[in-house]
Amino acid sequence: MYLSATRSAQAGRTTPPGGAAKVSGTVVALGVVSLLTDMSAEMVTAILPMYLMYGLGLGYLQLGMLDGLYTGASALLRLGGGYAADRLGRPKLVAGAGYGLSAMTKLGFPLAGASMAGIGVMVGVDRLGKGLRTAPRDAMIAGATPPEALGRAFGVHRTLDTAGALLGPLLAFGLLSTVAEGYDVVFVGSFCIALVGVLALVFFVREPVPADRSRRTALREAFAAVTAPAVRRIWSLTGVLGLATVGDMFLYLAVQQRLGLPPAALPLLPLASALTFMLAATPVGRLADRVGRMRVFLTGHVLLVGGYLLLAGGARGWGFAVAVLLLHGLFYAAADGVLMAHAGSLLPERIRSTGMAVVQTTQALARAAGAIAFGVLAQTVSLGTAFAVAAVALSIAVTAGMWTESRGGAA
Amino acid sequence: MSRRRIVNGVCAIALVLALGAAYVVWRGASAGTAAGGAPLDLARAGSIVYVSDDGLTRQTGSDATGPLCRRSYVAGGTLSCLYGLGPAFSSELVVYDAKSRERLRLPIWGTPSRTRVSPSGSLVAWTVFREGDSYMADGRFSTTAGIYDLRTGEHHGSLEDYTSYVDGQVVEAADVNYWGITFAADDLTFYATMSTGGRTRLMRGDMAARTLTAVRENVECPSLSPDGTRIAYKRRTGERWRLHVLDLVSGADVALAETGHVDDQPAWLPDGEIGYVKPHDGRPTVFSVPADGSGAPRVLFAGASPAGIG
Repeated sequence: MYLSATRSAQAGRTTPPGGAAKVSGTVVALGVVSLLTDMSAEMVTAILPMYLMYGLGLGYLQLGMLDGLYTGASALLRLGGGYAADRLGRPKLVAGAGYGLSAMTKLGFPLAGASMAGIGVMVGVDRLGKGLRTAPRDAMIAGATPPEALGRAFGVHRTLDTAGALLGPLLAFGLLSTVAEGYDVVFVGSFCIALVGVLALVFFVREPVPADRSRRTALREAFAAVTAPAVRRIWSLTGVLGLATVGDMFLYLAVQQRLGLPPAALPLLPLASALTFMLAATPVGRLADRVGRMRVFLTGHVLLVGGYLLLAGGARGWGFAVAVLLLHGLFYAAADGVLMAHAGSLLPERIRSTGMAVVQTTQALARAAGAIAFGVLAQTVSLGTAFAVAAVALSIAVTAGMWTESRGGAA
Repeated sequence: MSRRRIVNGVCAIALVLALGAAYVVWRGASAGTAAGGAPLDLARAGSIVYVSDDGLTRQTGSDATGPLCRRSYVAGGTLSCLYGLGPAFSSELVVYDAKSRERLRLPIWGTPSRTRVSPSGSLVAWTVFREGDSYMADGRFSTTAGIYDLRTGEHHGSLEDYTSYVDGQVVEAADVNYWGITFAADDLTFYATMSTGGRTRLMRGDMAARTLTAVRENVECPSLSPDGTRIAYKRRTGERWRLHVLDLVSGADVALAETGHVDDQPAWLPDGEIGYVKPHDGRPTVFSVPADGSGAPRVLFAGASPAGIG
């Protein structure tokens, strides 16, 4: 069993059992902003494929290209957003620019018409906005929270964020059933909700006051800080784990095919993961504050290995599908906000946005590379065998993570 | 946080929400009354009925408008209109007679893909996608095609209930999909595409015997010529489709002058040319091209689902 590192012990033990620390208003406000923004984004995502295929008559080939653009567009842009927030000492400004940019694209989709280039640009700008805002927002959450309650704060934020992602498609389909063929109504509705999100950020989120705004963080200073051993350990571990993680799309497909569910069940599977993530994020975050964030983060990956093994074995039926999705959702609850809470506790305020951007970018790039590798593997062998290989790879990565963490913590 | 700031924030948010709600209400109200023009004339020979940019059916050579559709088709004084409902994967097929009276309203589970009417106007067919997120798995999709007989009220909900034969053998594969029905003049025979095991085939259907018989491979979205001797279709090469016309008597197969990728069920236009839809200037556009492989594609108008009235 993994031994808790001394640092995670330090981070955790200061909170009295039961977590008396309250989640600050800033965190809740940022959570609501994320809820609205995710709702707005998922409204569009839910109908975009339908809009492109039936509204505009694009084929599968173009859809595939668009999907690639969608996922790969902005990993590196996060770094710029993170550094800009630190350099200016204005995370709220940079995050606001990101939220605003994404809001604008919701009106751009109908204006772009059926032009592939136009839609590509809109998708790109939307991802640019997401890239810009994520790290400064997480830095603000960390800045507004005492170190011992970070797990809980990020948990609350992720719960609200995921609730928005779940509500978005419901609202989109609700609007479409009120106004037949009313794709424009969905885009306008999505824009309004995104705009409300931006207004909520502007009016109700208090920007943390930096110690010294006149002193700008130099690029060299930021570089030195993110390559410091403790920080480097986070992103290198995140990278290794990310490489061994199977893309969500493959996981859902495998759940449907390997476990023998009807094809019509496919759209429901991500909802089950998201629902678990939403419900578990806050309690798991609190647990992480108590027992150590790295320990919870790595345990989350152990759960994921369990899910992969179920997919690799010959199990069939709804029961196993629920088990896999439960493990998948718990993995997100243990890995997503908890990782940022861990990073937030180690990163000094002056480079917090940059540091978080580095961790997130490493993770995104590693997962993209892992997804490609898995795709190639699944095509050469079978989907089941590929999951067995992924389970072994992830087990090795988790073991390596436990080993370096226990050594790093002791050093 | 000052009280004033809170008040300002709440007011700004309320304003945005009110404007958004007003837009939804306005669109909801206008969608119902959109069809204000003269009614379509389903008998006017030489004209083409199609679905225009705004979703309304329109007719060439007049400013008439018809119902709001995703896909439509006209033949024998009957208009079929397939449109998507809001909730994921559900559609409705509404059929109108020449006096714009509703003859049939059929809920269908799936998103709209194709619709056709038999030359006599007695049979209507539809194809819907059953798996809305087919884009997830690179080209995998599942379709359902069915037929309704307006004379008898007979409902052939899915061609999967028919018995299919390939080379005399009954097809028992589980991965069978049917799409793109086109009718012959006898109101019994039809053609459609069947896919199984990664191959597509042209199937000849018999409504009385409830059978489908394989005719030829790699023929998708067939469209039977008015004289019943030729089939316009899209032929797959890798990830692209190209329009072809197959002569059912001689077996001659001609590639049409449209060399671009076309993902549509073609239609025979009044002048004997083949009408089809592909994106042009950023919107779906109806093109026509000669049926004998000669000439060049010609832009007709922005829109989709062309149906020639002969």
